[in-house]
Amino acid sequence: MGDLVIRSQKLGKQYRIGALQKGYRTLRESIVDAAKAPWHLLRRSIRGEGAPEDELIWALRDVDFEVRQGEVLGVIGRNGAGKSTLLKVLARITEPTVGRVQVAGRVGSLLEVGTGFHPELTGRENTYLNGAILGMRHAEIDQRFDEIVAFSEIEKFIDTPVKHYSSGMFLRLAFAVAAHLTPEILLVDEVLAVGDERFQKKCMGKMESVGKEGRTILFVSHNMNAIHRLCPRVILLEEGRVAADGDTSEVISQYLNADRSEMDCKEWNTPEQAPGDSTARLKRVRLLDNRGRPRSAFEIREPVQIEVEYWALDSKQPFMPILLIHNENGVCILETAANHDPAYAGKSRKRGIYRSVCRVPGNFFNEGMFHVDVLVRVLVPRRYFVRESNLLSFRIQDSGSGLSVKGDFPKAWSGVVAPILPWETDIRPLGSAAGTALPRKRK
Amino acid sequence: MAKRPEGTNRVDFPQSEFFGPVTEIAPSKGWVNLKLREVWAYRELLYFLTWRDIKVRYKQTVLGAAWAILQPFLTMVVFSLFFGELAGIKPGSDIPYPVFSYAGLVPWTFFVYGLTQSSNSLVGNAQLIKKVFFPRLVVPVASVLSGLVDFGLAFAVLIGMMLVYGISPSINVLWLPLFLLLAFITALGVGLWLSALNVEFRDIRYMVPFLTQFWMFISPVVYPSSLIENGLLRILYGLNPMVGVLDGFRWAILGTSGAPGPMVAVSAVVAVIVLISGTFYFRRMERSFADVV
Repeated sequence: MGDLVIRSQKLGKQYRIGALQKGYRTLRESIVDAAKAPWHLLRRSIRGEGAPEDELIWALRDVDFEVRQGEVLGVIGRNGAGKSTLLKVLARITEPTVGRVQVAGRVGSLLEVGTGFHPELTGRENTYLNGAILGMRHAEIDQRFDEIVAFSEIEKFIDTPVKHYSSGMFLRLAFAVAAHLTPEILLVDEVLAVGDERFQKKCMGKMESVGKEGRTILFVSHNMNAIHRLCPRVILLEEGRVAADGDTSEVISQYLNADRSEMDCKEWNTPEQAPGDSTARLKRVRLLDNRGRPRSAFEIREPVQIEVEYWALDSKQPFMPILLIHNENGVCILETAANHDPAYAGKSRKRGIYRSVCRVPGNFFNEGMFHVDVLVRVLVPRRYFVRESNLLSFRIQDSGSGLSVKGDFPKAWSGVVAPILPWETDIRPLGSAAGTALPRKRK
Repeated sequence: MAKRPEGTNRVDFPQSEFFGPVTEIAPSKGWVNLKLREVWAYRELLYFLTWRDIKVRYKQTVLGAAWAILQPFLTMVVFSLFFGELAGIKPGSDIPYPVFSYAGLVPWTFFVYGLTQSSNSLVGNAQLIKKVFFPRLVVPVASVLSGLVDFGLAFAVLIGMMLVYGISPSINVLWLPLFLLLAFITALGVGLWLSALNVEFRDIRYMVPFLTQFWMFISPVVYPSSLIENGLLRILYGLNPMVGVLDGFRWAILGTSGAPGPMVAVSAVVAVIVLISGTFYFRRMERSFADVV
C-alpha cells in the first residue's frame, strides 16, 4: 500500500458568471425564455443548465497535484485564484466540471468556523449539532466534549444560548469544536484569523499539533507567516491553475514577487478614494532617498526613507502611522511606529494633513525585495483606521562597494538584515600568565 | 492502516499507491443513483437537524408549543362555525362536525407544515450547504420529521375531543401509522421537488402558500370525500394523495363508514411516485446547490 492520500488529475471547475451575478433566476425570466424556445428551455432548466449566453469562467483548470499521508500542504494565491473552490471540490461541497480527484480517507472541512451554529441553542447543544454537521459521531463528541469546552475556555457559559455570547466567545467555541475533528484529511480555510492574539496563538499551536499527529492537512491562507510555520510544501494557484508547487519559501517568494515590481509611490487625490475611514485616510505614501527623491532601488549602504501623508479627519483619537516591512518570503522584519516622536506620542490629532517620514539607516536591510504595509491606528486600545498591505516595494542591492557588512566578500551574505555591528577582539598570546585561554586536552 | 503488521499486506486488494480505500470525486453524468446508503450513514445528522428544528421552533414565543394545538384547533372552530353551522356541510356519518374537521386538520396541518418547511429548507440552510458536505437529502427530510412533535400534540387534543364527544376509536386505529406515513411521503415528495426548484427559482417561496390553500380545497378537509359519489370520479379524485391520507386517517381513528377503497390505493401509488421522482430530481440538482443557492 502506498502513501498517496490525494491525487487530483486535470481537475477543472466551471462557473456560470450569469448565474453568479444574478444568484438565481426568477420564474418570469424563465417563462419569457420559455415562450421563445419552450421545449429546449424546459429541458435545460430541469437539468439545471444555464442560458447559453451566460459567460463561463474556469475557477479551476487542469489542476494536478498529489498529497502524501501526513503532509501539511499550504495553498496560496490571490483572491479569486481558485483556492476556496479547490477546497470545496475536495470537500465534495461542489462537483468538479471535468477531471477527477481520488481521495483515500475521511475528509473533514473547516471552511468556516461556526457553520450551522444556531443562536437560540446553548453552547452545549451547538457543540453537538456542529459536531454532527462536521461529521463527528455522537459518541466521538461525548468523548471529546470536556476537551472541547476546556479548549474554548467558556466552561461557565456552556449552557447559555450562544446568542448571548460575545463574538470572541462564539468564535472560540466554534473553533474548539472544529479543532477536535478527527478525519484523516483536514481542509482548513483561513479559520485561524479568529479571536484575539492569544487565542490565535493557541489555534496555531493546535493546528501544529494536529499536523504532527500524522494527519494530512490542506491549509489555505493569506497569512504567509502561518503558512511558513505550518507547511513545508505549498502550491500556488493563479487563475485556477497550479502556478507553482514545491518548497514553501520558494513558492512564497514567487507569489509575492510575481507581479509586484518595485513601487515607490502610491497617491490618492481625494479622501473619498483613499483607503481609511472617517478618522484617518491615506493621502500619499512614498519611498525616498537621502535627498528626498522618489526611488525604489537602494544601494545597501543608503538610508531608505518612507514617507506617509494622511488626512486626520477626527481630532479625538491619538492615532499614528505604523509601518510593517516584510521580506520576499512574507516574514515580517520589523514594525515601526511614530510613538517615539514627542510631538505625537499619546496625543490626539488636530484635523489636517500630516506627513510623517520614517528613516531606515543604511546598512540595515540585506539584499532583496522588501514590501511595506501601512497602517494608521491607535496602539492601545487596538483600533485600526487604515490597514493596507504591500503598498510599497523596494529592492536593496549591494554593488560590492566594500562598505557594506560583507566587505569584500563577493558572494551572497546570509540574513534578512545586514547591519554592521561593532566587534571587539583581544588577543592573549599562548603560554602567558593568564593562559587559561586554551583548555588542555585530557588523555 | 499504517500500523498493520508486516505480512498481512498480502491479503490486500491489488497493490495500490493509495493509503487506504479510495473515494473518487468526479463530475456525475445523467441521472445519478440515489446513494441512500450515504443518507443512512448520516442518520445522526438527520437526528440533530430534526432535533434543532423542533427545539428552535417555538423559542422566544409566549405560547410556545401551545401553537401546535392552537393552529388546528382554532381553524376547527372557524370551520365548524362557517362550514358546519352556516353552510351545513354534513360529515356523511354520525360524527359531529367539529370532530370530523379536526380529525382532518391534524394530518393536514402536519402535511402543510412539512411541505412548507421542506420547500424552504435548502434556502434556509444555505450557509450550511455552501460550507459543509453531507447528503443534502437530510435537510428536507429533517424538516418534515420535525413536524411530528406538533402532530403528536395536536393528536392528543383529538383524543381529548373524542372523549368529550364520547367517540371511541375502532380497531381500525392500528392502520393509523400507515396513513401518517402516507402524509409524510406526500409532504416529503412534494417538498423535495419544491426545495430543489426553490434553489434556482425563489418564486417557489411565494407559491407555496397559494399551493397549500388551493390544495386544501381540493382535499376533503372541510367536507367529506363522500360528496363525490361517482365511482370513476372518486378514483380520479384519489390522484390527489391527500385524499387518501385524510379519508384513511378519519376511517382509522373515527371509524367513519367505508374502508379505504381503490381511491386510497390510487392516492398511495401517486404519493410514492411523487416521492421517488422527487428524490431523483433532488439528487440530480444536488450537484449545483452549493453553487447556486
